[in-house]
Amino acid sequence: MIRVQAEDFDIAAEMEAIASHSTSLGAIASFVGVVRDMAGDGGPSSMTLEHYPGMTERMLREIDEEACRRWPLEASLVIHRYGRLEPGDRIVLVVTASAHRQAALEACAFLIDWLKTKAPFWKLEETQDASHWVEARARDDDAAARWDKE
Amino acid sequence: MKLLYFASVRQTIGLSGEDITLPGDIVDAGGLVEWLKRRGGVYAEALSQPGHVRVAVNQAYGHAGTPVTDDDEVALFPPVTGG
Repeated sequence: MIRVQAEDFDIAAEMEAIASHSTSLGAIASFVGVVRDMAGDGGPSSMTLEHYPGMTERMLREIDEEACRRWPLEASLVIHRYGRLEPGDRIVLVVTASAHRQAALEACAFLIDWLKTKAPFWKLEETQDASHWVEARARDDDAAARWDKE
Repeated sequence: MKLLYFASVRQTIGLSGEDITLPGDIVDAGGLVEWLKRRGGVYAEALSQPGHVRVAVNQAYGHAGTPVTDDDEVALFPPVTGG
């Protein structure tokens, strides 16, 4: 399941919902992305996440379906926020559940690596006197590429 | 054709999107971007950085050779930075 929303999410409630999904699951893995404090000098900083409504949901759904094809998952969840976020705010939650840990852990890493390079979100960082668009990083492409099939 | 701009492309052009009539001789996404760049000014500035512009046709990633028609929704944006 995927959700794109401005509101925060409740990690415990989401994990609980996944845990109650099936009695045959033996492992739940999760990833939470959080806004770093970019100001450095402790000055105020924030971030605005822009997205492409429609295509974002479509890409997340495709990535989620790909994870379910590659690993025997009992359940999966991706929640990604958009809008204005402050340091410490949660950005993204990925939860995967399977009978065994390897599938859950690998699928969780796959989902976050692929969504970082494929889901149409853009980060605008704002400090007290300037704002700039975050540049895509080659190491994110490398992380996504390790899941490419040979 | 419905054109959409996001992030730095939107900011530089100063529009989040516009409706255009696609010239008959433009058949693919690469041709569309070249045609927009020929408008000059902010369009040339936003779309001229090599490797910086991604294209989506009807909400799916495309490339320079992806066919486009006047009925399509085409989005132009920089490499994504979510997660």
